[in-house]
Amino acid sequence: MDGTYYQPEIETMSRKDLEALQLERLKWTVAQALKSPFYKKRFGEKGITADSIQSLDDLRKLPFTTKQDLRENYPFGLLAVDKKELVRLHSSSGTTGNPTVICHTKRDIECWANRVARCFYMVGLRDTDVIQNSSGYGMFTGGLGIQAGIEWLGALSIPAAAGNSLRQIKCIMDYGTTAIHAIPSYALRLADVFEAQGIDPRKDTNLRVFIIGAEPHTEETRRKIEERFGVKAYNNFGMTEMSGPGVALECKEQNGMHIWEDSYIVEIVDPETLEPLPDGEVGELVLTTLDREGMPLLRYRTRDLTRILTGKCPCGRTHRRLDRMKGRSDDMFIVKGVNIFPMQIEKILMKFSELGSNYLITIQPVDNNDELIVEVELGDVKTDDFSQLQALAKEITRQLKDEILVTPKVKLVERGSLPQSEGKAVRVKDLRKLI
Amino acid sequence: MTINQISVFVENKFGRLNEILSFLSKENIRIVAATVADTTEYGILRLITTNQHKAFQLLKAQGISANLSDVLAIKTDPSAGKLSETVEIFTKAGISIEYMYCFSDKSNGVVIIRPNNMDAAHEVIRRNSLNCLVESELSEL
Repeated sequence: MDGTYYQPEIETMSRKDLEALQLERLKWTVAQALKSPFYKKRFGEKGITADSIQSLDDLRKLPFTTKQDLRENYPFGLLAVDKKELVRLHSSSGTTGNPTVICHTKRDIECWANRVARCFYMVGLRDTDVIQNSSGYGMFTGGLGIQAGIEWLGALSIPAAAGNSLRQIKCIMDYGTTAIHAIPSYALRLADVFEAQGIDPRKDTNLRVFIIGAEPHTEETRRKIEERFGVKAYNNFGMTEMSGPGVALECKEQNGMHIWEDSYIVEIVDPETLEPLPDGEVGELVLTTLDREGMPLLRYRTRDLTRILTGKCPCGRTHRRLDRMKGRSDDMFIVKGVNIFPMQIEKILMKFSELGSNYLITIQPVDNNDELIVEVELGDVKTDDFSQLQALAKEITRQLKDEILVTPKVKLVERGSLPQSEGKAVRVKDLRKLI
Repeated sequence: MTINQISVFVENKFGRLNEILSFLSKENIRIVAATVADTTEYGILRLITTNQHKAFQLLKAQGISANLSDVLAIKTDPSAGKLSETVEIFTKAGISIEYMYCFSDKSNGVVIIRPNNMDAAHEVIRRNSLNCLVESELSEL
């Protein structure tokens, strides 16, 4: 295993050939999608068949697919294969409705694993590496998705999963871990634990690469991780709907994430008009899968705001680069790798008769960690009793944790003290400086 | 035997206590005793005024989170050791004191007590002939 590219014929394919490959796969994907009840109906209404696609521009004839479509057709309405073909189901946290479910065939898992392996190879990881995955396992795609990719690459995987920093450090030390996949806030926490243990990860470990992603973070955070561990840290982009991690990763240039255009068609659209925007302009990322047979998605609105970087990358790859995610076109936010909608929080708060209806969610970076603060106005409550107030705050915290999987800091505030806004209330204040 | 105390939920925000007190002052409410207990995030302002029901209604009308609760206001003479003596009576009877504040001048001492068991506290007061103030007596202080 040497050379710069994992699959040179694909990674450095001319744009013309790459687009021809995309067209061929798009036709296949439309045909495949028509086997699902959802697309059969949606495309049927518009008279769309595989023959409607004669050029890549014809993609625009297709309607968008949204998260709402996935929820309304939960769990199997978008299946394009018989259920017996499926080998794995992943889901991402639901909001007030159903979770988002994506099902994979054996081939889907292989294509995905290959993409992850290609990503790892791109940042210099080889079959001789020891790669520790500190993502949560379970339904979250960052666990098994990365796992399969490491194995596909042939490197040694350490499925350490999330949390338990002392055990993470023991794995790193004992097994000679060379690379870690983790969310950035956790990487920095790990650095703190190393320091507390009196171990210098720059000298005392074999670490040289971090793959970070799944939560918004700044360039400063990346540099901090690099400095504290003495490694190179690369930004990773993925989402459950697009299988998971491995959709796009930075190359060694660390300037934009190459999105694998043999697997996805990338569009950037104006989130208001839904008109396509040229490369370089910020808009909503819309993705179409090209090699997924179990649950193909066409023109899926990711709600992530970003842009395509113009110009050629010095690394030689022809697949275009996505800039760091710049926010969302809906009100979802991500804390500690978890997708959270304000509605989830509101739903819990409204259950408490002791509370008023005004609340404010603040995401604040504190010591390398994103803290989620939920301020809520009191309603009728026994104000003479500290223990009751504290018990109330504790119970709200517990129920929120159950709903959003992140432990918030709950602050009870006086009635009328939170900003009252006219029209659409500002419920979320994100104080993280995202570029 | 008990009097009403007003408890106001006060956020830890600069100037907030002043706002609440000056509001009561404009309404000509006379505060006999007040105390603030605080946590890191909020405080509870406890008030004894000469017209608790009026003060309470005014605060509620302002949308301020406030409650009424029962406390004991025990009158003592202001000599040394009297507070200790009073508390000891409750301790000996096995009653805990959730919170307490007191004030005194040359002629009067008043201890405000919130016991954990009000019925048992009443019994103790009767048995020891403690002098409990009623609300109409507050304006004479």
